[in-house]
Amino acid sequence: MNINLTLIGQMVAFVCFVVFCMKYVWPPIIAAMQERTDKIADGLAAADRASHDLELAKEKAVERLKVAKEEAAGIVEAANKRGNQLVEEAKQAALVEAERVKAAAQAEIEQEANRAREQLRSQVAVLSLAGAEKILGATIDPAAHAEMVEKLAAEL
Amino acid sequence: MAGDTQTISEYIVHHLTNLTYGKLPAGFERDDGSIVGDGGAWVMAHGGDEAAAMGFSAIHVDSMAWSIGLGIFFCWLFRGVAKKAESGVPSGVLNLVEMIVEFVDNTVRDTFHGKNKLVAPLALTIFVWVFLMNLMDLIPVDLIPSLLSLAGVHFQKIVPSTDPNITMGMALGIFILMLYYSVKVKGFGFVKELTMNPFNHWVFIPVNLFMEVVGLLAKPFSLGLRLFGNMYAGEMIFILIAALFSAGIAWAVPAGLLQVGWAIFHILVITLQAFIFMVLTIVYLSMAHEDH
Repeated sequence: MNINLTLIGQMVAFVCFVVFCMKYVWPPIIAAMQERTDKIADGLAAADRASHDLELAKEKAVERLKVAKEEAAGIVEAANKRGNQLVEEAKQAALVEAERVKAAAQAEIEQEANRAREQLRSQVAVLSLAGAEKILGATIDPAAHAEMVEKLAAEL
Repeated sequence: MAGDTQTISEYIVHHLTNLTYGKLPAGFERDDGSIVGDGGAWVMAHGGDEAAAMGFSAIHVDSMAWSIGLGIFFCWLFRGVAKKAESGVPSGVLNLVEMIVEFVDNTVRDTFHGKNKLVAPLALTIFVWVFLMNLMDLIPVDLIPSLLSLAGVHFQKIVPSTDPNITMGMALGIFILMLYYSVKVKGFGFVKELTMNPFNHWVFIPVNLFMEVVGLLAKPFSLGLRLFGNMYAGEMIFILIAALFSAGIAWAVPAGLLQVGWAIFHILVITLQAFIFMVLTIVYLSMAHEDH
């Protein structure tokens, strides 16, 4: 219980240990801990940023999908329209063609009929004379009755 | 346990005597009958009387050895960690040390608002060192002294903080720091603080000075003596419990239970006392930094 030189010895030892701690122990440990704190903070910030980016990307993807869908719908509609148009055009062309063919056939038929009529007309005089001859039993002078026969043939 | 030839009071006194090396005054009669010659003699004390006769020129070898040894252990442990410390995932002893460092750092941040690079390492050193010194209290009181007595060393107190020299040595060191920073930070304001408080009039200067100086001196004394008193009392109870074992075989079980109970309680005490010593140091230094 005596107070003696131990007091001084302890003070000296105390100073030595405190100085040692201040120079070689405290700074590196605190620095390492600070560095770790910063690292963790950075990591958390990066994670936050990443999740935010993900959110944005998702939104963007949804947007794109919507646009693509709209585009696809537009394309399908246009294709349908074009198809209908093509069908319509084909129909129109077919009608025109049919009209043309019909007209050509009619023209030919008419031509044929005219020709037949002409032929008939040219033979009518002869036939009617021959018929009249038979009926009258005499020869008819074609020259004398030509005007009358011509008239008849023209009436046909 | 008490030796066969010792009475209980001898046993207790023996346990409370430091291993002292010092200078016996001239003309002192030693217990073997020899007389110390002119100029005195530097010897190991053979008991409490001789240690007392040595006065101030003596040193408690055991206190110093344990205290410095534990201080070196602290430096070795923490320096090892400081070398390995990096920002990766900590493990093992690194975790423990970082936990302590962080705890001390937070305590200093909460209490000390000035700018001073010394306070945090000082607080760490105090906390760990005082804790280690207090921890020695949990080693059974007879274990190391009886082992050493086989080697011819007859006195041994292994708890440095039960030696007032040790606790007062630290408290005085802190007191010097308090004075240094008071003068450095406040300059003349420190003198004003001592003379113009609490009565702000020149008539009261002597009264103020007396009160403030007493208050100032009380700080290191209360700091050192609080730690000493707590640890000394705790150590004394361990010794008394140990003495119970010698009171007969019937006492073995109750004494054992008491020993365990007191040791468990003491875990709280040693931590708390180390913490209090550290916090008060921070508070005192913080007061020294506060300019009014």
